[in-house]
Amino acid sequence: MVATNPERPRVLLYEGRSSKPMDVALRRQLVPSLLDRGYTVTRITQTASLGNLGHTELIVLGNFEQQPELSSDNAALRIHTRDVSSDTFETLMEYIEGVAQGVSQARPHWKPWFPVIDYDRCTNCMQCLSFCLFDVYGVNQANQITVQNQTNCKTDCPACSRVCPEVAILFPKYKAGPINGDEISQEDLRREAMKVDISSLLGGDIYSMLKDRSIKAKSRFSKERDDDRALKERQRCLDKLNSNVQSLEIPAEVLSSLPSLDQIQAKAQQAKHRAEQALAQQASSRESTSGGPSEDPSTTRPSH
Amino acid sequence: MSQTRPILYCRCAYAKVVPEDVKDQVLERLLDSGEPFESVSDLCEMSARKDPGLIPLSKQEGLRIVACYPRAVKWLFSAAGAPIDPSSIQAGRIEILNMRSDSSDAICSKLGIPGGSDPESDALQRD
Ligand code: SF4
Ligand code: SF4
Repeated sequence: MVATNPERPRVLLYEGRSSKPMDVALRRQLVPSLLDRGYTVTRITQTASLGNLGHTELIVLGNFEQQPELSSDNAALRIHTRDVSSDTFETLMEYIEGVAQGVSQARPHWKPWFPVIDYDRCTNCMQCLSFCLFDVYGVNQANQITVQNQTNCKTDCPACSRVCPEVAILFPKYKAGPINGDEISQEDLRREAMKVDISSLLGGDIYSMLKDRSIKAKSRFSKERDDDRALKERQRCLDKLNSNVQSLEIPAEVLSSLPSLDQIQAKAQQAKHRAEQALAQQASSRESTSGGPSEDPSTTRPSH
Repeated sequence: MSQTRPILYCRCAYAKVVPEDVKDQVLERLLDSGEPFESVSDLCEMSARKDPGLIPLSKQEGLRIVACYPRAVKWLFSAAGAPIDPSSIQAGRIEILNMRSDSSDAICSKLGIPGGSDPESDALQRD
């Protein structure tokens, strides 16, 4: 889970009783700008009752004929009311950002890139846990695979989704289906059925293979003086690597930041051990609850 | 025009995966429609943070979520500890509209909000 940042205030466009709608042009400029800056924006028209989305600060904007009556079941909510009838976009943004700065810190920039598991498809095989070197995956108390460290995930790297034999790993911000959550086609399933263990696909240990590539790439770069040529060379190495690891699409930054081969091997062993442990515990708890080995529906291969 | 079912719009602010023209046009038409709505900057980011604000949203009867692929949205809510009842999705009580695959016209018509200024050009852009 990402370290929680103090929330930005929620902004409420009040176009309910005793108010006039906001200027169309101002509203059209304001709302996308607020959303792009990380605010939650609500418009209410009929009701004066607010849902509680957990915010502690609420900025209410409107062309008020009289002060709005707002009720919320959040006792800690602080309400800042602003009549916008003489505001411009600039003065309004200045006001909102001023309130926000007083109560919250700027969010660290992070493209929300992380795997999301489709449990309708997942068979809990733990291949993703064994594969990931960055502790993104873990197991919960029921020994079920889970994504536990989203921010450890390497931005734009969808490699683990390629490893999943069930097409159960999504990256919602990925460019193409089915990894982005699009429906899974017959062609996708055919491809997955042909997928063998990733290590054998590469004729050995994927991690040592990646590391080897990374070392070769790094030594080339260190001899390189000309930036343009270095860039082209990086690209060439990356292309070569990509064609070797088929469609894993591991970004260059991830390859160049791989730890030493010993560290990688230790990490891979650890991850494999955790996966094996979780599977063994799951099997033994199944046996103890049923009095003998049986098929757990959560680990049954779904019929696609 | 639908007056009753709540709307949640996702801006997908931290990546360029939803076509800009679609998300801008849907938002503009939503604003001009006078419909009440909830909008968030990025559901993915909220899911990663396990934002507790997703819990009441996931339970809103009749909710229409304007975001991206339904499979992604369903599991993002689930990952945030705010699972959407699958039977609600199946029965259409909660609907997920996809701005990555559909035109702004198609989305707005599903939302029951009035047409845009130039639907034809929108349709062409999506082809
Ligand atoms: S089916 Fe996919 S998501 Fe589930 S444990 Fe296996 S590799 Fe991971
Ligand atoms: S849920 Fe979909 S539309 Fe919303 S931020 Fe994530 S990828 Fe973008």
